[in-house]
Amino acid sequence: MPGGLAARALRIRESGIVVVLAVFVAVTASVQHRFLNAANIQFVLVDTTVFALLALGETMVVISRNVDLSIGSTLGLSAYLSASLFQGHSGAVVPLVFGAGLGIGLACGLANGVLVAGGRVPSLVVTLATLYIIRGIDILIVGGKEVTAASLPASFLQIPKATVGGVPDVAIAVAVVIGIGAYYLRTFRSGRDLYAIGSSPQAARLVGLPVGRRVFTAFAASGAIAGLAGVLWAAQYGTVNSSAGTGYELQVISAVVVGGVAIFGGSGGVVGAALGALLLATISTALYVLGISPFWDQAIWGFLLLVAITLDQAIGARLTAALRRRRTREPPEGPS
Amino acid sequence: MSPAVLLELRHAAKAFGAVRALADGEIELRAGEVHALVGENGAGKSTLVKILAGVHQPDAGALAINGREARLHGPAAARDAGIAVIYQEPALFGDLTVAENMFVGRQPLRGARGGRFRLPDRRIDRAAMHDQAAEIFGRLGVPLDPAVIARGLSIADQQVVEIGKALSLDARVIVMDEPTAALSAAEVDRLFDVVRALKAHGAAVLFISHRLEEVFALCDRVTVMRDGRHVLTGDVGDFTPADLVRAMVGRELAEREPRATGGGPGETVLRVERLTREGAFTDVSFTVAAGEIVALAGLVGAGRSEVARAIFGIDRYDAGAVTVGGAKLKRASPTSAMAAGIGFVPEDRRQQGLVMDMSVQQNVALASLGRLRKAGLIRAASERGMASDWAARLAIACGRLTDPVATLSGGNQQKVVLAKWLGRRPAVLIVDEPTRGIDVGTKAEVHRLLADLAREGVAVLMISSELPEVLGVSDRILVMREGRLVAELARERATEEAVMSAAMGTREVPA
Repeated sequence: MPGGLAARALRIRESGIVVVLAVFVAVTASVQHRFLNAANIQFVLVDTTVFALLALGETMVVISRNVDLSIGSTLGLSAYLSASLFQGHSGAVVPLVFGAGLGIGLACGLANGVLVAGGRVPSLVVTLATLYIIRGIDILIVGGKEVTAASLPASFLQIPKATVGGVPDVAIAVAVVIGIGAYYLRTFRSGRDLYAIGSSPQAARLVGLPVGRRVFTAFAASGAIAGLAGVLWAAQYGTVNSSAGTGYELQVISAVVVGGVAIFGGSGGVVGAALGALLLATISTALYVLGISPFWDQAIWGFLLLVAITLDQAIGARLTAALRRRRTREPPEGPS
Repeated sequence: MSPAVLLELRHAAKAFGAVRALADGEIELRAGEVHALVGENGAGKSTLVKILAGVHQPDAGALAINGREARLHGPAAARDAGIAVIYQEPALFGDLTVAENMFVGRQPLRGARGGRFRLPDRRIDRAAMHDQAAEIFGRLGVPLDPAVIARGLSIADQQVVEIGKALSLDARVIVMDEPTAALSAAEVDRLFDVVRALKAHGAAVLFISHRLEEVFALCDRVTVMRDGRHVLTGDVGDFTPADLVRAMVGRELAEREPRATGGGPGETVLRVERLTREGAFTDVSFTVAAGEIVALAGLVGAGRSEVARAIFGIDRYDAGAVTVGGAKLKRASPTSAMAAGIGFVPEDRRQQGLVMDMSVQQNVALASLGRLRKAGLIRAASERGMASDWAARLAIACGRLTDPVATLSGGNQQKVVLAKWLGRRPAVLIVDEPTRGIDVGTKAEVHRLLADLAREGVAVLMISSELPEVLGVSDRILVMREGRLVAELARERATEEAVMSAAMGTREVPA
């Protein structure tokens, strides 16, 4: 079945990462039994939420054959500004702070979107520039100061700690958001348009798809989500200075790629990207639990990235070959 | 009473900077007709097509659709006006399914189905999308699976997807820009059936082709263009092929005269022995002598290009040997093939023959960098000298040698590829479809060039799908079918029928 073949290939992508995840957990748990205790699992899940959110936004951008390098800086700016809302106004309402963070991120995303979609400047260059600009603004505002947990209300700091039946609330919330994102990309025209644009920007334009508008929206969404993630980050760590989120962009992009999203756009999904983020958090926690130097964290991660890309190439080549073979076999069976 | 005129374009003009691509374009399409548009490359056909597609806006001229004046501001406007364009190599979305490709941007939605929410349901209805696609393929008589991913489809199937898309849009005017250039004979037949089905449904098909036999086999009327201008329009039946060629080139083409070979072939230069590559070709043996042009004929997909690629070392082969001048070549090593004196002009010049963003002069020098190098550096002066030399000898028409090769016409691009290899003074030159998509005038120049090379003692192996070219240019004709060499015909014995029947396997010809 051709449909089955295609679906199988897609499933392979996501099931691959599940297997890697399972192997990691199994090996770690067999060495250090405490790895699978509730506290650890909760820690990993909460640790994942920020990255999974960022991965959602980044996936939308990467699918459209673009890249957003500014999310780490956006997260940093949003984390500081939203957290500092509590200072002096201890009565600031938590939802309002989340709204503010979202707004700050949206502003950054809109700037990216205007430059990429309106100015037709490659996103790699635009977001590399805004990575520095937004971080610069952040440093300008923050200076040497920092927001400390002491100045944040308990209700805010409790957010990452609340659980339902042992599962952190934030993990559930983020999972729901990821689910909505995945559903949107699968079943709405504007979502499918992103895949079409990433698959062939030229053809998308010829077909009359609103390429600029869609890419603009993807960047706006990525920025807004990074802003939201910033607030979550602040709640999780409590202490925010001007270096919050530094380097996150590369970790997120690698999580997205490990999660099966094609780096040059067109294929992959949000669920895989979120699993990539989960794997990222699992590995660093597992190494910590095993008492292995954090150096290995990055080395292993880099290795996984290489494996993911190599596998992706191999599967892609094999899939094309299989489709070709099937096609050449078709004519004899054809006349029906 | 003539049938309804669906589309009429008059006195269309379009310039790109200083280049006047279209000076006075004119086309009239009627319901239920297949209308041929012919002309040399650079005659303005592509520009006219892009105006109809809404990609280019004409500088002057009047367009009427269904008798009403119209302006196409973009591809979406052309689509809404009922015009669909099928390009030679459709730009499908490789990651999307066939059905998604057909309905991209306008997938059927589930619509409002009185739920609890009053909001209309904007979700894509996949089942309906696949049903509609399957229904259209049924109408075209081509059983394609709507759920299959577009990457990996043959070009012929990709075209069918595009045609299906046109039907799903209720397009009345369907423009096909050289659809048969990359198709095999069987695929061309299938396409013709599809075109006839479209015609029977009352659509107007504008059919652009370099192959006049297709024009006469399929089309009702024909329009000829030359140098950006409309030359003539009329019923196909009122013309002979010679009439059309005359109108295209504006001059009488001399009858193909038999090539004067300089006293027969010399020593064997290229020897291919029992070459086999699993799944591509089997047990292929032949020789090419100095001063000889050998044609490798056969249908698309017979394995000819694969053999050429294996000889040049691009692809690995499983068994057999290639020797040049008695020395055995290293397997899968283009470097070794080049060192032995083989030059290779590939089938797809854009992808494989040229670096499109590099200048004419850099492209010409590309294969001779070793010779142009001094102390590890390329001397721009010698690069330029070499390029201007060859540009003059091959009459390459370009603004400046420093212009990117992408700005040249197809024929001139091909000359650049030839110059690149001729600059190495090859002993063996392999040319794969040397005149595909090239205008009649340049084609003749390329043929003359190949003959000159042979006279100078180069062994030429030419792959070609055009029978007149095969018969007119070569000394010997090898025919391949399904990966095997099935016939060898001397120039004197070769006829179109003999080559075709060997290629199609209708009659066994001893190899």
